[in-house]
Amino acid sequence: MKTRDEINEDLLRPLFHTSWRFFVAFIPLALLVLAAYGAFIYQMWSGIGVAGIRRPVFWGFYITNFVFWIGISHAGTLISAILRLANATWRRPVTRCAEVITVFALSIGALFPIIHLGRPWLFYWLIPYPNERSIWPNFRSPLLWDLTAITTYLTGSVSFLLLPIIPDWAVVRDKAAGWRKKLYTALALGWRGTPKQWHRLETAMHTMAVVIIPVAVSVHSIVSWDFAMAPVPMWHSTIFAPYFVAGAIFSGIAGLIVAMAFLRKFLRLEEYLQPIHFDNLGKLLLMMVLLWLYFTVSERLTTWYGNQNDEMAVFWLTQRGSFAPLFWVMVLCNFLIPFPLLAAKKLRTITGTVIASSTIVVGMWLERFLIIVPSLAHKYLPYSWGSYRPTWVEITITVGTFAGMGILYLLFVKFVPIISIWELKAGLKAVHSPQLTIDSKPMVAPLVDR
Amino acid sequence: MVVDLDRCTGCEACVVACRAENNIPTIGEAQASIGRAIHWIRVERYWEGEFPDVRVKFQPVLCQQCDAAPCETVCPTYASYHNPEGLNAQVYNRCVGTRYCGNACPYTVRFFNWFNPAWDKPLNLQLNPDVSIREVGVMEKCTFCVQRIKAAEIRVEAEKRELKDGEFNPACVQSCAPKALVFGDLNDPASEVSRLARSNRGTKLLEELGTRPKVTYLQRDS
Repeated sequence: MKTRDEINEDLLRPLFHTSWRFFVAFIPLALLVLAAYGAFIYQMWSGIGVAGIRRPVFWGFYITNFVFWIGISHAGTLISAILRLANATWRRPVTRCAEVITVFALSIGALFPIIHLGRPWLFYWLIPYPNERSIWPNFRSPLLWDLTAITTYLTGSVSFLLLPIIPDWAVVRDKAAGWRKKLYTALALGWRGTPKQWHRLETAMHTMAVVIIPVAVSVHSIVSWDFAMAPVPMWHSTIFAPYFVAGAIFSGIAGLIVAMAFLRKFLRLEEYLQPIHFDNLGKLLLMMVLLWLYFTVSERLTTWYGNQNDEMAVFWLTQRGSFAPLFWVMVLCNFLIPFPLLAAKKLRTITGTVIASSTIVVGMWLERFLIIVPSLAHKYLPYSWGSYRPTWVEITITVGTFAGMGILYLLFVKFVPIISIWELKAGLKAVHSPQLTIDSKPMVAPLVDR
Repeated sequence: MVVDLDRCTGCEACVVACRAENNIPTIGEAQASIGRAIHWIRVERYWEGEFPDVRVKFQPVLCQQCDAAPCETVCPTYASYHNPEGLNAQVYNRCVGTRYCGNACPYTVRFFNWFNPAWDKPLNLQLNPDVSIREVGVMEKCTFCVQRIKAAEIRVEAEKRELKDGEFNPACVQSCAPKALVFGDLNDPASEVSRLARSNRGTKLLEELGTRPKVTYLQRDS
C-alpha cells in the first residue's frame, strides 16, 4: 500500500519533470497535426473537390471520423459517471484518463462537420443568433439537433472533467514553485480543502454524474438520427439510435484501455493501473462485444428477411459486393479476435485486452464507414449508383486528428495529474477505516496534504 | 410537369438546353469520370429483357419538386426550402454545403459545386444573364427554370392579364422535339399538364417513398 507522500511523488512526477521521451513523442505528432492543418487550408483554398467525396457519396471519411470520434468520446464521461454512481471502488485510478478522452475526442469529432462543409467559413450560420439574414436556422434539421447536443455534451463533460481536478491542482500548487506556483494558484480557484468546499464538490460531482448520462445517450442517438432520419436504404431504421449508443460505448471502452496502456507504460504507473483494472474493463468490453454482435445480427437479419429491393442492393454490396472485404474485416476486428481474448480468463490480461481493444478501435471505425458509404453509393435509382475513394487530403486530415488526440493527451498529462490524487487517497482512507467502505464516498472528506 | 416515357427518344436535347439556359458548369473529363458532372436533367437508360429480345427504356429524371421533399427538412440553413408557389427552391447564398440534402434526395438530382466554376473564353460570353453562377461549396439542382416563371409573371402583371397555359416553358420542355415533356400549372385543372397528370397512364417516380413529386411519368401498361 502506497503512502500519501508516495502517491504525490509518483503522480506529480510528469508535471515537474519532462524527459527527452516526451519530445520524441511530441515532435512527430506535431508534424502530423501540422500536415493535417495544411491539408485543410489547401482544401479550403482549392475547393472541397480535392477530397474524394463525389455524387452520390456526398459524405465520406470526414463524417466517418465525426461519428467515430463522437463514439470514442463515450469512453469517459459516461463510463466514469456510471462507475461513480455504482460506487465501483476500483474506478478511482481510471476516471480521469477516461473523462479527458471524452473532452478531447468530442472536440476533435466536432471539427469534422466543419471540415467537411462546402463553405466551412460559414459554419456559424448553423448557430441560432440574431443575424443579418433575418432567419433562424432550420430546427427540423438533425444537423441542428447535433450541434445542440454536442455543445451540451462538451460543456457538461468539460465541467465533469474540471470539477474533480480542482483539489488536485491545489496539491500541485502547494508543491510547486516559480511560474508553476502562479499558474496552479490561479487554476486551483482558492481551494483550501474545507469541509464546506468538499461538500460542494461532492454535491456537484454527484449531480453532474446523474445529468451527464442522459446527455451522453442523447448525443449519440442524435448522431445516429443524422442518418436514420433520411430516407436512404439501410439508414432509415429504428434500431440506429441504440445501435449507435452501444457502438459508441463499445469503441469508447476500447479507446480507454488503449490509452491506459500507454499511460501505464510511459508514465510508469504500473502500481496504479493494475491488471485488475484492465480485467474489469475487459469484462465490460466483453459485454459490449456481445451487444455489438446482437445489434449487428438484428440489423442484418431483419433487412435480409424483409427482402426489400432498395435495401437488398446495399445489403449485398456489403455482404459480398465491393465493400464485403471491409465488412468481414470489421467482423474479425469487432468480434472474432476480441471475443476469445476477453472471454477466456487466462487471455484477459493487459496484453490481451489491449490487443482486443486495438482491433475494436479499427473495427468500429470501419463500421461507421460501412454504415455511411455503401448506402449512399447504392441509393434507389441504379442509374445514379456510384462509388467512393478517399484522396490524400482526407487521409492526411484523418491521420492528423489521431495525432492531435495524442498531442492533447501528452500536454494534458504535463499539466494535470492523470490519476485523481484525492480520489485515490479517499480510497486509502476507505480501506483504513472500515465504517466508510460501505459508502465509498467519505462523509468526512480527506484533507489535502498541505 | 408531365414526362411521357412512350414519347421520349433519348435524344438528350433537354440536357443540352438545360446546360445552356442555366449556366451549368462543365467540369472536365477527369472530374466527370468520378461522378461529379452536373446535369439538372438526365436521361436514364435501362434495358428490359435478355438479348436479342431487348427493349431500351429512356427515363428523363430531373428534380421532382416534391411536396413532401426530404431535402427541405434536413437543410440546417433553409437553403433548400419550399417557396410559396410550391416550388422546391434552392437559395445558393444560404447554402453552407453540408450536402445533407443530396443524401436525403432519393432521386439523386442534387448536384454539388466541388470547385469554383470556370468557362474558357469565349464560352463565358454565352452565359445566361438571368441565372446566377454558383460558387464552390453550394448545392444546385433543377429550378423548373424559375427565371422564366418569374419573367412570365412580371410580364402578365404589367399587361394586366392572366397567364395562358403553355405561354412559356422551361428550356428542357421547349427543346423536346417529340413533345415528351409538358409543363404547366397543376393548380389549374383545365391546363394540359393537369389533364395529362390525371391520365391513368400516370405514375410517380419512387411513389412509395411518400415524397409526393410534382412530376408525373406517363407510360403504357405493359
